[in-house]
Amino acid sequence: MSFLSYLINGISLGSVYAIIALGYTMVYGIARMLNFAHGDIIMVGGYAAFFAMVNGGLPPILSVLIAMAVCTVLGLVIERIAYKPLRMAPSLAVLITAIGVSYFLQNLALLLFGANTKTFQSVVTLPALSLAGGKLQISATTIVTVAACIVIVAALSLFINKTRIGQAMLAVSEDRGAAQLMGINVNSTIATTFAIGSALAAVAGVLLCSAYPSLNPYTGSMPGIKAFTAAVFGGIGSIPGAMVGGLLLGVIEILGRAYVSSQLSDAIVFAVLIVILLVKPTGIFGHKIQEKV
Amino acid sequence: MKRMQKTTRSNFITYGIVIVGAVLLQSLDSAGKLSSLFSGLLVPLCTYMILAVSLNLVVGILGELSLGHAGFMCVGAFASAFFSKVTQGTMPDGLRFFLALLIGAAVAGLFGILIGIPVLRLRGDYLAIVTLAFGEIIKNVVNVFFIGRDVNGFHVSMKDAISLNMDAASGEIIVNGPQGINGMPRDSTFLVGAVLLLVVLIIVLNLTNSRSGRAIMSIRDDRIAAESIGINITKYKLMAFAISAAMAGAAGVLYSHNLATLAATSKNFGYNMSITILVFVVLGGIGSIRGSMIAAFVLTLLPELLRSISDYRMLIYAVILIAVMIFNWSRGGRTIKELTSVKLRGIARKKPRGKEAR
Amino acid sequence: MALLEVKNLSISFGGLRAVSAFDVTIEKGQLYGLIGPNGAGKTTVFNLLTGVYKPDEGIIRLDGEDITRKKSIEINKAGIARTFQNIRLFKELSVLDNVKSGLHNHYRYSTLSGILRLPSYFKVEKQMNEKAMEILKVFDLDGEADFKASNLPYGKQRKLEIARALATEPKLLLLDEPAAGMNPNETAELMETIKFVRDQFQMTILLIEHDMKLVSGICEELTVLNFGEILSQGETKTVLNDPKVVAAYLGE
Repeated sequence: MSFLSYLINGISLGSVYAIIALGYTMVYGIARMLNFAHGDIIMVGGYAAFFAMVNGGLPPILSVLIAMAVCTVLGLVIERIAYKPLRMAPSLAVLITAIGVSYFLQNLALLLFGANTKTFQSVVTLPALSLAGGKLQISATTIVTVAACIVIVAALSLFINKTRIGQAMLAVSEDRGAAQLMGINVNSTIATTFAIGSALAAVAGVLLCSAYPSLNPYTGSMPGIKAFTAAVFGGIGSIPGAMVGGLLLGVIEILGRAYVSSQLSDAIVFAVLIVILLVKPTGIFGHKIQEKV
Repeated sequence: MKRMQKTTRSNFITYGIVIVGAVLLQSLDSAGKLSSLFSGLLVPLCTYMILAVSLNLVVGILGELSLGHAGFMCVGAFASAFFSKVTQGTMPDGLRFFLALLIGAAVAGLFGILIGIPVLRLRGDYLAIVTLAFGEIIKNVVNVFFIGRDVNGFHVSMKDAISLNMDAASGEIIVNGPQGINGMPRDSTFLVGAVLLLVVLIIVLNLTNSRSGRAIMSIRDDRIAAESIGINITKYKLMAFAISAAMAGAAGVLYSHNLATLAATSKNFGYNMSITILVFVVLGGIGSIRGSMIAAFVLTLLPELLRSISDYRMLIYAVILIAVMIFNWSRGGRTIKELTSVKLRGIARKKPRGKEAR
Repeated sequence: MALLEVKNLSISFGGLRAVSAFDVTIEKGQLYGLIGPNGAGKTTVFNLLTGVYKPDEGIIRLDGEDITRKKSIEINKAGIARTFQNIRLFKELSVLDNVKSGLHNHYRYSTLSGILRLPSYFKVEKQMNEKAMEILKVFDLDGEADFKASNLPYGKQRKLEIARALATEPKLLLLDEPAAGMNPNETAELMETIKFVRDQFQMTILLIEHDMKLVSGICEELTVLNFGEILSQGETKTVLNDPKVVAAYLGE
């Protein structure tokens, strides 16, 4: 039974990674940049929901919506101020800017909310599901997390394949110059992508803090890095890849922590990433790109 | 040849800056003119400058993005610290530290080769994430090692100190898992750091202006063309990566021998450190060795100088970072830069000719 | 014995036969042209000859040595050097250093003597500088030796690429559209340079070109490719008057 409950925990954590990775992968696919600040938007989402619930006394659902709104606006502002002017700059310059934004968000949070870890209350208040005569307990947070991940992936796939904006996103990620020539507004498409990615980060932040209830200015940093790893796992730019990568990573991490060593669980996750990339250099769902000579 | 003279002169200016700066700071320090804060920063400054110069070999000269540089620093730090701890008292301090430097650099260089062989097949962002992964693995693995020594020799465990099963009387824990290595000989001095920085600069600058350096840079500029003229891509990529790793290892030796206790945390050997070093390299100008050295110096001092407004310093640092990038790379920023440089040149021209044009 | 002997060379990309059953024989010292409409597979042939792509079928022999499926670097060492259709210079390096990179495998000293500046460094670097300047002079680029390669005008960049390829001391030189983007004067000058290179270095040259004046002016033999297949092959005059070639170029 314990294996099963570890597995369920892994899938739950993996669902959070998957939601973060979706944002990472979309932004990477369209803006061709590693948004290192993505993880810190998770943290902001966590704080927004925390204050809405604790200080504002708002119901959980409303708090989540507020967190999403805050992060969407934040994502748009960051994109407009820090990233948009650098659209023609080398990718390394954009990477450093993203790192700057990450430092900025962390230290602003430190200044505003202090270094103390806040205890986050789960947004899911339903009782746990008890199976096999009480031998297997599945918390409601876990169920909601996994369900949220499934709903988000399904909705996002529909959005990208069925709507005009979604098609525009595909076009921009395929060839920005050509998309522009076809009359697609590249700037607004990129901004929309950031908005969606940031809203997803808010959801991920709330779910992450619900499962692991400690919130501090650095909460988002490591999950951000791991979600990026998950996106690379699955083949960066690919939505099913992000989901599979996220789930795989969550399961490996929890099983590694349970059966090998809690200190080495991160090392195991990264080792699997390395092995996957060495076997398949562009990730599980990635396309091989042949350089034109 | 004229070209030779120009690069040689530029190199000697760099060496000159280091020598003059080192002499100046050392004499100020000896005279007690430096605050204890600044005085304590001298060795870390050298460490960071060496790290920045060595990372620039990979990022600027080889043109590959590595986010795992702190991992090599970690390897050098621990390998040398282990050596120093074990041999403490068996040889003169100076000789021991010299050997520690060689060992730290060699072991880190070896790791550079071992990691480089699989990793350098990847490109761009994939290479970046895999180097980051390796850096994190190194940091994590270092934390689970327990090594002790007693009359029967060495004992190793990956569980805890008790599992070492050492002889109670003679047993001594050398590496204590997450607590690291305690009671380090503090051999690092500013002078050693400055000399090491000079050595690293000479290695990188001389390499860059040699046959192998040209091969490395040709791979950076166009891999396919480099292959077409018979340059062994793998060999030279690996060479740059390993030399860079070895120099980061040497920086790790300097770092570890400046502490009483060496422990691997996410702060000193995690990806955040790798990123900090990368920031030095990018702000100093990718490929500009002197630039990354100066950037490391200024950006290490900056947060310390801002200590009086300690709550805001990292925030200001972040804002400066973003502002510099936007100013350097956005269209508006570039236009302003061009206009001012034209204006400055205009002013310079109007000035009556002095003894020496700058 | 022929210098280059290619038999039945074929490659497909995802079902599309880019080059099929390509044969060619080039004698030592020949100036040989490879022509054909856009997308006919000319550059693909170059990429096959230089190991950028591995052929599905066929054999490539250089000076009697089988070099099929070897790596680019080995093929260069065996004696084939090339230029690229979309110029691939080492942009950040100086003009001189571009050529010195080409000398890489012929002038050696260890990395360590480079770092330590041992006497061998100074000796070999001096030889390299002299040799590189000698090659640059052939292309009238010696005045720009200190320029950054990317700062050269277009026509001179093409010449520098040829100079760099020559520096590797090849037996066979492949030129991919050397006159692309040049004005008629520059093209005429380039023709003279190519002939001079052939005579001076006893070089064998295979070139892809669209400029018919250049092709008919300097190539002794031609192969015409169309849709990956050989349309016509032989002496330049005969080939250019071949009705099939005329039809392919003018459109049916």
